[in-house]
Amino acid sequence: MCDTCGCNVTHGNENLIRPGGKLHKTESGKEAVSVLHSLLHENDHTAQHNREHFDQHNVLAVNLMSSPGAGKTALLEATIQQLGLNSNSKIKIAVIEGDLETENDAERIRKHGVKAIQIATGSACHLDAHMIHQALHNLDLAEFDIVFIENVGNLVCPASFDLGQHQNVVLLSVPEGDDKPAKYPVMFRVADLVMISKSDLLPILDDFKPENAKRYLRDIASTAPVMEISSKDKSGMSQWINWINQQIESRKTYLEQHPVVADHSHHHHDHEEART
Amino acid sequence: MHELAICQSLMDQVENIALERNALSVTSIVIGIGPLSGVEAQLLKNAYPLASAGTIAEHAELVIEYLPIRVKCTQCDSESDALPNKLICKQCGDWRTTLISGDEMMLMSVELEKQKDVTSEAVH
Repeated sequence: MCDTCGCNVTHGNENLIRPGGKLHKTESGKEAVSVLHSLLHENDHTAQHNREHFDQHNVLAVNLMSSPGAGKTALLEATIQQLGLNSNSKIKIAVIEGDLETENDAERIRKHGVKAIQIATGSACHLDAHMIHQALHNLDLAEFDIVFIENVGNLVCPASFDLGQHQNVVLLSVPEGDDKPAKYPVMFRVADLVMISKSDLLPILDDFKPENAKRYLRDIASTAPVMEISSKDKSGMSQWINWINQQIESRKTYLEQHPVVADHSHHHHDHEEART
Repeated sequence: MHELAICQSLMDQVENIALERNALSVTSIVIGIGPLSGVEAQLLKNAYPLASAGTIAEHAELVIEYLPIRVKCTQCDSESDALPNKLICKQCGDWRTTLISGDEMMLMSVELEKQKDVTSEAVH
């Protein structure tokens, strides 16, 4: 949802909120102010600011979301290893980790020699754009090609918060069941790519049918591609690495055609400035 | 439970609007919520007294308007109502639709109590 161009007002709802519509009311003696902003106006503003920083440094930002335990960190570890095996690949990765508590996931990533920043959200069930903005102060984006943001394991709340990412990847692990897209449509609708993770378990947990998961995704009008992947036996890994390369390339092409106006550098501005 | 965070963000916006316009208080806040917004209206209502306490909108009524899910078919161009996990076209049954309403979480309007008109009071 965008607040700057008025696209919140759609063909579907404008009859309700335009003057004379059901939701347009004014009582005498008081001032009614029409707003039409997202409830997360401030978050969305900061998210856009984050996206501009990524773009200024030609960095692709990927937001990884799933239930807790679907294998987000394991996928990142396998991805780092896979990219390391390919001597032609010069893709430099950084990871921002979100969890309620502990540095465990960041430490797992750091063991592979990759820069990782841990955000401990305390009791917050999701990452928001301000937390990512803070994390970016500790990351020199000029050094990286891709930043993975591993969101808090949760299929509900993270879907509502734009972080400034370019792509949303949602993992659905085989033990969770193939009907998760029907149960959590808000999350799966925002996915640009759906990965059926722990696919090595498909022969054992054979009531999970990938075609059912795909059918449920179509029911929510999702056009996201679906990949089966196992971080354990590495099947599906090359397809995923290809996707990453394609996304990095298409972002670069996009930015060549739509250059970012570099009005200020991330490293020389005051944090408060970004919050206004 | 991200409704408290969303409610606090709402209160920030409402307070800014009230301050900008020199309002004495906020009497009502109208928000529009679609089923695909990821926000649960009842939880938002529960969070509202906590988020509004001590603000200029402390006594404002929170009005929630429920927006319908509507999809437009990319194949046959028709518009239809849909369910959160069944966004298919009712006319031709195709799944390739775009959502035209139903994912909103929008602050639509606020009603402000302003300073009474001093000149008209003076006549009496």
